[in-house]
Amino acid sequence: MIGADTIIQGVLLGGLYALFAAGLSLVFGIMRLVNLAHGDLIVLAAYLLLVVTTALGLGPFVALLVAAPAMFVIGWTLQRVVLNRVLGPDILPPLLVTFGLSVVLQNALLEGFTNDSRRLRAGPLETASVDLGVAMVGVMPLMTFASAVAVILALQWLFYRTELGRAFRATSDDPVTASLMGVKPASIFATATGIAMLVVTIAALFLGTRANFDPTIGPARLIYAFQAVIIGGLGSLWGTLAGGVIIGVAQTVGAAINPEWQILAGHIAFLAVLLIRPRGLFPRAVD
Amino acid sequence: MAQTASQIAGSGSAPEPAPDSAPRILSLTGVCKSFGALKVTDEVSFELPQGQALGIIGPNGAGKSTLFNLITGNIAADAGRIEFLDTDVTRTPPMSRCLMGIGRSFQIPQPFDKLTVFENLLVAATHGRKLSEREVGSDCAAILDRTGLMRVANSPAGSLSLLQRKRLELARALATDPKLLLLDEIAGGLTDAECVELVDTIRAIHRGGTTIVWIEHVLHALTSVVERILVLDFGRVVAVGPPDEVMASKEVREIYLGIEV
Repeated sequence: MIGADTIIQGVLLGGLYALFAAGLSLVFGIMRLVNLAHGDLIVLAAYLLLVVTTALGLGPFVALLVAAPAMFVIGWTLQRVVLNRVLGPDILPPLLVTFGLSVVLQNALLEGFTNDSRRLRAGPLETASVDLGVAMVGVMPLMTFASAVAVILALQWLFYRTELGRAFRATSDDPVTASLMGVKPASIFATATGIAMLVVTIAALFLGTRANFDPTIGPARLIYAFQAVIIGGLGSLWGTLAGGVIIGVAQTVGAAINPEWQILAGHIAFLAVLLIRPRGLFPRAVD
Repeated sequence: MAQTASQIAGSGSAPEPAPDSAPRILSLTGVCKSFGALKVTDEVSFELPQGQALGIIGPNGAGKSTLFNLITGNIAADAGRIEFLDTDVTRTPPMSRCLMGIGRSFQIPQPFDKLTVFENLLVAATHGRKLSEREVGSDCAAILDRTGLMRVANSPAGSLSLLQRKRLELARALATDPKLLLLDEIAGGLTDAECVELVDTIRAIHRGGTTIVWIEHVLHALTSVVERILVLDFGRVVAVGPPDEVMASKEVREIYLGIEV
């Protein structure tokens, strides 16, 4: 009943959760901002992809090339105009503002798109599968997981190998001193949120092609993302992937035992990890 | 006899005298700053010729670090005028002043702990000079060499010893290619041997032509480098002049050293 097939499905599902979580983790890591609207921004990106695919008649992967830059601009502007103003020693204002943003986004999407379930169509890819020997695996889930790995590799490269990454880390370390060196925290933060929205758009692509979505599913995606980040240990991107995989596997195993247990099993796995390793599996040891 | 605050024109004498005719790089005129009822900077005026090293001394709470904050722009002056390179910078934000060429080291070293030593310099150099990493790479390596940090270039800054952190503080300020270098108690907390090492480095930087303003409690470190000393007490300039004259002055000895003469 719980065979290699179930585990593999769970691991691949974990890739999707890691994609949800990577943007959240990026923003938290650089500016200690907990973005409660993160899930709703994923849903917003999914609708944006939907609009681009239907309006321009493009496939979802090509639509990504249009939607991702648009989401970057949205993220950049959001940070510059709204979130930068509420960042400070007190963590409550950003929580309230992003919570409000979450409500606004959900209702705006509801107004614009009704609460009908929608889906991104990926054509024959949706049903394509490959035989891995131990199990038949869908091409889309494989692509999801591969994208998660690619996104994490790209973010690692950005963080540790580029000028922008060094500015990210310096600002995260000490924004006041960084600004004395000529770094502009406000624009660094805006760029970071913009990049997080690029990741969000990739996550939205795989969310929307995998299952139906409607304006209300954002908060649940936020919770999966949070769980993945916390299981992995704050600030560790590979830990976030591991966290996503743990939740994914728990969910598919739970569902294999009893279909009603899918979500519950994910939460139980999260609590179990917290009990054993309160700081997550891979807390950043060096810093 | 030391000059009084009203006679503010510099008369450099010590190591490498900067001529009075040298263009002034920094000039403060009647600068005031109060925190509530407390006047921490009271009508401070002085001029600094290009290439000179000026030491600032004074008891704790005399307003030395505040004076630096006013010069870097971290604190806005209530009154008075600050000119850098003949431009009024009294209302210029700190970042722009950094780009204009005011570099600073902090009393308590504040390196980016998670970045390596070299990365610390790269960040300061690229952003402080608006250049790409490729353009500043060799400069940063040269600064690491000058400040004796080459061996720890790839260690995270958080793992450094105090002397190394002070050196990094200095190196990072240098990486912004400052025309004016502000040093805030950089020798504090070091052993005598470490202090001598650091002073040698600072003297070499000064010989290289960098104008320096240096706040320091370790007097022998200060007097071996600077051409002039300015004494602050309760936010006022008490005396300014060559180190031997200033330190010989009765007023300064009473105020600063607490010695009954």
